[in-house]
Amino acid sequence: MSVEARERRQPWILLSPALTAITLLLFIPLVFIVVYSFWLRTAVGGVEVTFSMLNWQRALTDPFYRYILIATLRIAFVTTIFCAVLGYPAAYFIARASGNRTLLLLLLMLPFWISYIIRTMSWINILGVSGALNTTMLSLGIVNEPIQMLYNEATVILGLVHFLLPFMVLNVYVSVEGIDRSLEDAASSLGATRFQAFREVTLPLSLPGLAAGGLLCFVLAAGTYITPLILGGPRDAMFANLVFEAIITQLNWPMGSALSLLLLLVLGAVVAVYNHFLGMSQLSRGLA
Amino acid sequence: MKRLLPTGWGLIRAYAILVYLFMFLPVAVVVLLSFNASQFGAFPMTGLSLRWFEALWQNEAVLRAFRTSFLLGTLTALISTTLGVLASLAMVRYQVPGRNLIAVILIAPILIPEVVLAVALLLFLQLLGIPKSFFLLLMGHVIFTLPFVILVVQARLVGIKREYEEAALSLGASPRQTFFAVTLPLLAPAIFAGMLFAFTISFDDITGTLFWKPGGVETVPTQIFAMLRHSISPEINALGTVMIVLTVGVPLLGAAIARRMAIKRGT
Repeated sequence: MSVEARERRQPWILLSPALTAITLLLFIPLVFIVVYSFWLRTAVGGVEVTFSMLNWQRALTDPFYRYILIATLRIAFVTTIFCAVLGYPAAYFIARASGNRTLLLLLLMLPFWISYIIRTMSWINILGVSGALNTTMLSLGIVNEPIQMLYNEATVILGLVHFLLPFMVLNVYVSVEGIDRSLEDAASSLGATRFQAFREVTLPLSLPGLAAGGLLCFVLAAGTYITPLILGGPRDAMFANLVFEAIITQLNWPMGSALSLLLLLVLGAVVAVYNHFLGMSQLSRGLA
Repeated sequence: MKRLLPTGWGLIRAYAILVYLFMFLPVAVVVLLSFNASQFGAFPMTGLSLRWFEALWQNEAVLRAFRTSFLLGTLTALISTTLGVLASLAMVRYQVPGRNLIAVILIAPILIPEVVLAVALLLFLQLLGIPKSFFLLLMGHVIFTLPFVILVVQARLVGIKREYEEAALSLGASPRQTFFAVTLPLLAPAIFAGMLFAFTISFDDITGTLFWKPGGVETVPTQIFAMLRHSISPEINALGTVMIVLTVGVPLLGAAIARRMAIKRGT
């Protein structure tokens, strides 16, 4: 074998284990659940191999499913807004701080490493009936008996913001950090106030990072089912909870397939819109 | 020089401090309450005690969950990093035709919501007659940690100069000798970082794990989740503290080792 042929084959040999794994464990299973979503569950709990639109019809028209889908998108959207409002100034601060920026960033990224379930349940210690907030308010005489602040949509959003904020901070940081500081100085020297310089120069240039962080927050928030189970009430289910219910509790796998594909399609549409306007390069920068 | 007016900058700094507090306060409370002597897992603190850590140590279910998580995390890290390092080498070192498409394929498992990935893998393997099992858990963890490993390893590989290998080759080393004597040691920090990342993600996962785990098998997060269904006990806070120490301490330690390794090699 010639050297060039070797050189040409080499990358494929290196790539083949990973590509094989992804094909076998992701792409083929995805194709398979598309097929599965047209099958039906029989009365005895088995699966009837057929071609039926019933699951899809139900997934798309059932008012309960639609209500949950809208609630999911609302929760994800509000979460994203909060992440942006909290994360942008913090990331800007880190990127422009005069001290040890790496340390500041590392510190804010630290919760990222702390177990998701621990961070989620930690809010029970704060907001629960015998949590920090209630105990403080009781001892200060602000309230006479503890208030239940947990188990509603607001606490679900709170938990999600707490979980996803590092993704936003990291993305905004990467993009603010990449902006040449002399641009702001140039704007200032041309007579702009510092706030104007920020608004006219830095903010627009950092929007791709904000958008990338926003996309990550939105998609990750919309796909969660653990946070509503821990911090939400019985009425605060999100779409992924429906999938979990269908697959694990009801063992209705065809319906679960249709529901999970619907979630994939909706979130895929969001990503496609993002990709159309902004491209994926900023996103991979933020991930690495 | 300050970027904004001093007062404006002061406001931003105060705001950032509040954001830091928001991130850390709940976690700090978990750690604090885990040392609470009171028998209820809540305020007021009645004194400091290690009783909940002791209770944890005697809780057979928790210990079993730890063993499962460690085994799962270690195997995931080994497999995922092997696949990831090979793929990263191809992506960074070679001109691959269609590289943008391949790059997207390689990170596809994190572009797809984990719930969907979990359902697809579960149903597909069930169809093949592979029931919910440790094997299924392992396959699931490998597939969704792989993109993270690839991203981390690629980022580090870019910094390793090819001249070292070329020098070895030109001095008469065989490609095999070059790989083991030059490339592999240079890669070590990247491999290490990849394994650490995979381990931590696997150790922390619950979204996919709840779909894939067979009945009776619990990982640490699913064990915590099961315990939460009853009520929040100080034992959960103690378990949380252990998890925090592990998932923060291990990567920090790892980063320190990786840095030391990198300094030694002079890269």
